[in-house]
Amino acid sequence: MRKWFALTGFALCLVLAWAGPAAAQSSGDADGAQPTALEGTLRLGFDQFFAGVEITVADESGTRVGRALTDAEGRWSVPVPGAGTYRVTIDESTLPDGIGLRQGYEATAEATVADGASRAVVFAVGEAPKGTPFGERAAQTVFNGLKFGLIIAMSALGLSLIYGTTGLVNFAHGEMVTFGAVIAWYFNSSWGGLNLIAAAVLAVIVCGMLGAGLEQGMFRPLRRRRLGIFQLVVVTIGLSLLGRQAIQLFFGAEPLPYTDFQVQQRWEFGPWAVTPRELVTVVVIIAVLLAVGLLFQFTRFGKATRAVSDNAGLAEASGIDVDRIVQMVWVMGAALAGLGGVFQGLDTDIDPFLGFQLLLLIFAGVELGGLGTAFGALAGSLIIGMSTEVSTLWISPELKFVVPLVALIGVLLLRPQGLFGVKARVG
Amino acid sequence: MDFDIIFGNAARAAFGPEAVILALAAIGLNVHFGFTGLLNMGQVGFMLLGAYGTSVSVATFGWSLWVGVVVGLALSAALAVALGFPTLRLHTVMFAIVTIASAEIIRILIGSTDAIGLTGGPLSVSIDAGAFYDLNPYPDGPRDRYGIGTFEFTGQQLWVITVGWAVVALVTLAVSLAVRSPWGRVLKSIREDEDAARSLGKNVFSYKMQALIIGGVIAGMGGVIDAIKTSGADPNGFRPQVTFFAYTALLLGGSATYLGPVLGAVLFWFLREWIESFLRQLTAEAWLPGAVADFFDGAEGVISVAMVGLALILLMLLRPQGIIGNRTEMQMDAR
Repeated sequence: MRKWFALTGFALCLVLAWAGPAAAQSSGDADGAQPTALEGTLRLGFDQFFAGVEITVADESGTRVGRALTDAEGRWSVPVPGAGTYRVTIDESTLPDGIGLRQGYEATAEATVADGASRAVVFAVGEAPKGTPFGERAAQTVFNGLKFGLIIAMSALGLSLIYGTTGLVNFAHGEMVTFGAVIAWYFNSSWGGLNLIAAAVLAVIVCGMLGAGLEQGMFRPLRRRRLGIFQLVVVTIGLSLLGRQAIQLFFGAEPLPYTDFQVQQRWEFGPWAVTPRELVTVVVIIAVLLAVGLLFQFTRFGKATRAVSDNAGLAEASGIDVDRIVQMVWVMGAALAGLGGVFQGLDTDIDPFLGFQLLLLIFAGVELGGLGTAFGALAGSLIIGMSTEVSTLWISPELKFVVPLVALIGVLLLRPQGLFGVKARVG
Repeated sequence: MDFDIIFGNAARAAFGPEAVILALAAIGLNVHFGFTGLLNMGQVGFMLLGAYGTSVSVATFGWSLWVGVVVGLALSAALAVALGFPTLRLHTVMFAIVTIASAEIIRILIGSTDAIGLTGGPLSVSIDAGAFYDLNPYPDGPRDRYGIGTFEFTGQQLWVITVGWAVVALVTLAVSLAVRSPWGRVLKSIREDEDAARSLGKNVFSYKMQALIIGGVIAGMGGVIDAIKTSGADPNGFRPQVTFFAYTALLLGGSATYLGPVLGAVLFWFLREWIESFLRQLTAEAWLPGAVADFFDGAEGVISVAMVGLALILLMLLRPQGIIGNRTEMQMDAR
């Protein structure tokens, strides 16, 4: 790349994905062959494409109409409702390290588009001059890592609880996360436009019911039939494929945002610039995790759950209704996963693959902490979330998910039982 | 509704290169899981290295295709060794998760923009597989077709599947001989009870490692054939669900049987393509209400994959040993 600069002496960069001559499209074209859209390509020279860069489009009143991430070839495209002037914003923090907008270009560009046409929007990127100081960027990634780690932790808690009490590794847990996000989207943006907070509460209730249904209708009968651990894992893989495809069938494959809380002013706290919704995400998750922790530490239900995790047979013999405890654990686990999905959807938009993408990181968090230990799942998830985000200080954001997975393998090499697991000889 | 076309499509998928690739992946899994009890969820990683090893050798380094094939298989073996050392001592479930994670790590790295210079990154890589097609004995004119009715292949396709099924036959034979030997009996004893095998003085780690390498290289062969068939490789073709499809094929045919994975792969593609073609034909029917047709239109692929998920669930409930499997072979020492 440097060579290329040396040869030409300037950094040009740019953009051109032009779809169809706009003039040829009469406005109000009824066939709808070509949707009205804003689009572009982010690249540097001819060999460097920027994937995963966030582009947000808002209309003139500031209401967000769409959002896109650039694909592997740097292309992005945001469909807009119709002709008009839109404000297109590039999130500079999602550009790779050392790359920024070229001097003289703003992060927000205005673009006017005709009905049925597509309009290319140019963001000129190049090697960034020393911009934000390292300390400030580090502080910001630590906050992002905390937020992401908490979302993973909330989803992971359910996985860990279900594993602890029943020994089931649920590959469909990611789809429960997606389900929560999607149900909240339907309540918020599709059926009647409920406030997102109410929609989230309803989504959590629906997810809890789904958990109860899965336990009663599927996993309890399977346990009675004494299916082996492997057969159960395969059933959950089947459930995961089925669930994901079903969601895709009804919801579609395109990422969609919630209606509420999209365009927000960032609040400045020292080195941190945080939107209110991010702050709420962090505070609510910490409160929920604390509540769940207290529940397990001090209530009869919590004690009984720990007893079932320790030794289900012994718990049964001492008069604990194991089936009821497992039922409650499923309800809680699914509800927590659903809420995690709502927050993740708020952070990145909702698509049918949202949960499956998180699933590996959820697994990593649970394993890193030690399978079946609730506290371990929490700590492991925070480490996973933090290492994912903080690594972007040094490596390209598209590789950020590699870091926690490599860390997981490294830890297991030294401590096969995980950080807080109990040592048991295998192999 | 033209059932000729539906059956033609399904039969072509069932005997085409996709089924060969899936069969090899499933045979590899059979060595890992069926005979040794290793719950490998990262089979797609071995296929990816087979495909990319071949493609990158040809496209980036300019070596001959045959060198590329060797490199692809060698990389699959190397992955097995690298993966085996940290993971073979893990709990079954942890092994599953670490293998699925490793395959994803490789896919993300190979498909990243940083890797463009080596692997083509997200742009995928394309090669000229001419060295393979030069050996094609079937006349391959623009009008040459081989087959009956709608079940027909071009000369080039026929050459790929001839070689592909020959490889599948050889591998199946080799696996069945190996598993019948004393070596294979040790593998099965590890599956049934690892501690018992160890107490008889067998080096369990070493046997597991050998099984991992052999199964991985067989999956790598699938990747090599994929690279030749598609003249290159694309990171998006190697997502985790490919591993799940290989498990579906293995469990459908019958785990721990010699012909099960092959039968399963053929049936998998036959049924999947049958459902897709059927739905495509159905949505074109005039008597179907418009709303229903719109709902199914364009969703044929989504539905057929959903059916794979449903099939997995039903299979485990109704016949966990698969079509030709033996139930006692499915009782393993899973911890």
